[in-house]
Amino acid sequence: MEPVTTITGTALPLDRSDVDTDQIVSAESLKRIERTGFGPFLFAEWRKDPGFVLNDLRFAGASILIAGPNFGCGSSREHAPWALEDAGFRAILAPSFADIFRNNCYKIGLLPVELPVEVVRRVMDAVLRDPTLQITVDLGARRVTGPGVDEVFEIDDFTRWRLLEGLDDIGLTLRHGDAIDAYEITRSEWLPRIRT
Amino acid sequence: MPQTLSEKVWERHVVHRAEAEPDLLYVDLHLIHEVTSPQAFDGLRVHGRRVRRADLTVATMDHNVPTAPGPEDPISARQMEALARNCEEFGIMLFPTGHPGQGIVHVIGPQMGLTQPGLLIVCGDSHTSTHGAFGALAIGIGTSEVEHVLATQTLPQKRPGTLAVTVEGDLPHGVTAKDVILGIIARIGTGGGVGHIIEYRGSAIRSLSMEGRMTVCNMSIEGGARAGMVAPDDTTFAYLEGRPQAPKGSDWDRALDEWRSLATDPDAMFDEEVVIDAARLTSYVSWGTNPGQTVSIDDAVPDPASLEDATKRESAERALAYMGLEPGTAIRDIRPDTVFIGSCTNSRISDLREAAAVLHGRRVREGLRAMVVPGSMLVKVQAEKEGLDQVFKAAGFEWRDAGCSMCLAMNPDKLSPGERCASTSNRNFEGRQGRGGRTHLVSPAVAAATAVAGHFCTPADLGVDLARED
Repeated sequence: MEPVTTITGTALPLDRSDVDTDQIVSAESLKRIERTGFGPFLFAEWRKDPGFVLNDLRFAGASILIAGPNFGCGSSREHAPWALEDAGFRAILAPSFADIFRNNCYKIGLLPVELPVEVVRRVMDAVLRDPTLQITVDLGARRVTGPGVDEVFEIDDFTRWRLLEGLDDIGLTLRHGDAIDAYEITRSEWLPRIRT
Repeated sequence: MPQTLSEKVWERHVVHRAEAEPDLLYVDLHLIHEVTSPQAFDGLRVHGRRVRRADLTVATMDHNVPTAPGPEDPISARQMEALARNCEEFGIMLFPTGHPGQGIVHVIGPQMGLTQPGLLIVCGDSHTSTHGAFGALAIGIGTSEVEHVLATQTLPQKRPGTLAVTVEGDLPHGVTAKDVILGIIARIGTGGGVGHIIEYRGSAIRSLSMEGRMTVCNMSIEGGARAGMVAPDDTTFAYLEGRPQAPKGSDWDRALDEWRSLATDPDAMFDEEVVIDAARLTSYVSWGTNPGQTVSIDDAVPDPASLEDATKRESAERALAYMGLEPGTAIRDIRPDTVFIGSCTNSRISDLREAAAVLHGRRVREGLRAMVVPGSMLVKVQAEKEGLDQVFKAAGFEWRDAGCSMCLAMNPDKLSPGERCASTSNRNFEGRQGRGGRTHLVSPAVAAATAVAGHFCTPADLGVDLARED
């Protein structure tokens, strides 16, 4: 994974709550067995509406998505963060995120940034007025800055460190190989095992 | 210190713990399917990693399997071939299409007796919460995490909070497990459980069968929760005893001792608690495009203007436009085009019995499409033994093979744009059952009664007394 440090860019205001992962990328496009190339499927149904914000050329090239509460709810499909990443997004600002979606984002270095609902509203309105506004998400300083916004956000130390260093989670866990071996010895004999 | 059920299960799985790090947890059972695993296996190959514990991993094909004869979709076939190849290469037990053990991943685990109290279970699917009905801690994960578990048999996790949802009292006549969970979500909202593990408690939960508890835990994710659990009790043990993968002989006694120690201690504290009066629950029907947008079947489609919260109001306006509904329309006046009975929420034998009891000697309303998709091939065989297939077919339902089917429309079972469906599944998101399709979430009993009447109704509306017909 590439290290995540500071993200600066314009933003796309998606003024909707409870955006589920079925909307981000529909079940039909989950049939691919590749890890890349999901960008064209991003919000495919909503994009059929010419008035949908993703079709608005004023917001083209945005690297930060601004959305309403409970973003990424529903299905656990990691294809949703893959599609956002493939379409050029590096961070998402929202009042709240669904748990699985947030975890999936952290795994691939897409940064979910939780901010108070009134702050998200203010940034959303500012970007709607002026799509050229630059926003900066500084992971090291845990800070979002831009016109009318200067806000710290929460992220646990471990995830922050892992993202800043661009470390592979599996590699980190394998450092604890001895602890896993030791735990396995203590597991009860009667626990289920599948015999092929 | 007194502990809750989820805290006990969590603590028993900690492999490594350090200040300011997530706990590293050991995974007892890893369930996989064709949609969220191919990229995980590719990741293993890229890094030259093996599957650490193939003997704790089980695979099935469910999400895009066809449930009726017909031309094969080549893209779906490619995904299923990839799963077969990966399971072969890494030595993982697979239940492919055509195998008598094949079925929806959350139906076959419990059916085999693999899902047991106190286990940590993961699957690349958000409805993994289903297995919490046994007092297991069951978490839905993404594909990167699937790869992580395949490689290490562990998962780093930040400990969620605890939320007690206590449903106390007797459920009114005709109110089913599906109604209990729809009522809970209508109350707590789609984000009500975010960051928490729900423990369902109280006499109404205790009174549910194992299959009813699975229905409740299944939709925990629709309330935003990380997982949902019910403490194991004699109902749990009776369900498990004798199942192929359940412990046998002296192992059974040892397991029982362990399982009986899991229940939440009497003076343990939850971070949050919601109490629901069972007597006030009713039959529910969703009207919008998220599962929180649900009302009693006795109510009408709400007026967005009456909602004070601006976000909720806009969301309701959008939902009504998508659903093609007017505020104030009585739920019983809404007429579906299609009825779908199936999904990991409601496709088990008791769900099929519930629906068949309503349909016995009755016919699906002229012009209405109706189908039953059993959760597993074993459920299908059992239902045929009981003659339920004959009841469904005589009523005019299609009788299909096992799979996820129209719950998420990855196979040919789809709604057409504008088509309205009474569905026993778990999600009414836009396009979930097919592009432009309109989904109303209901129980199997309401789905069956609705199929007969042609508009939303309960078995009681048809003069059917479910309790007596059982």
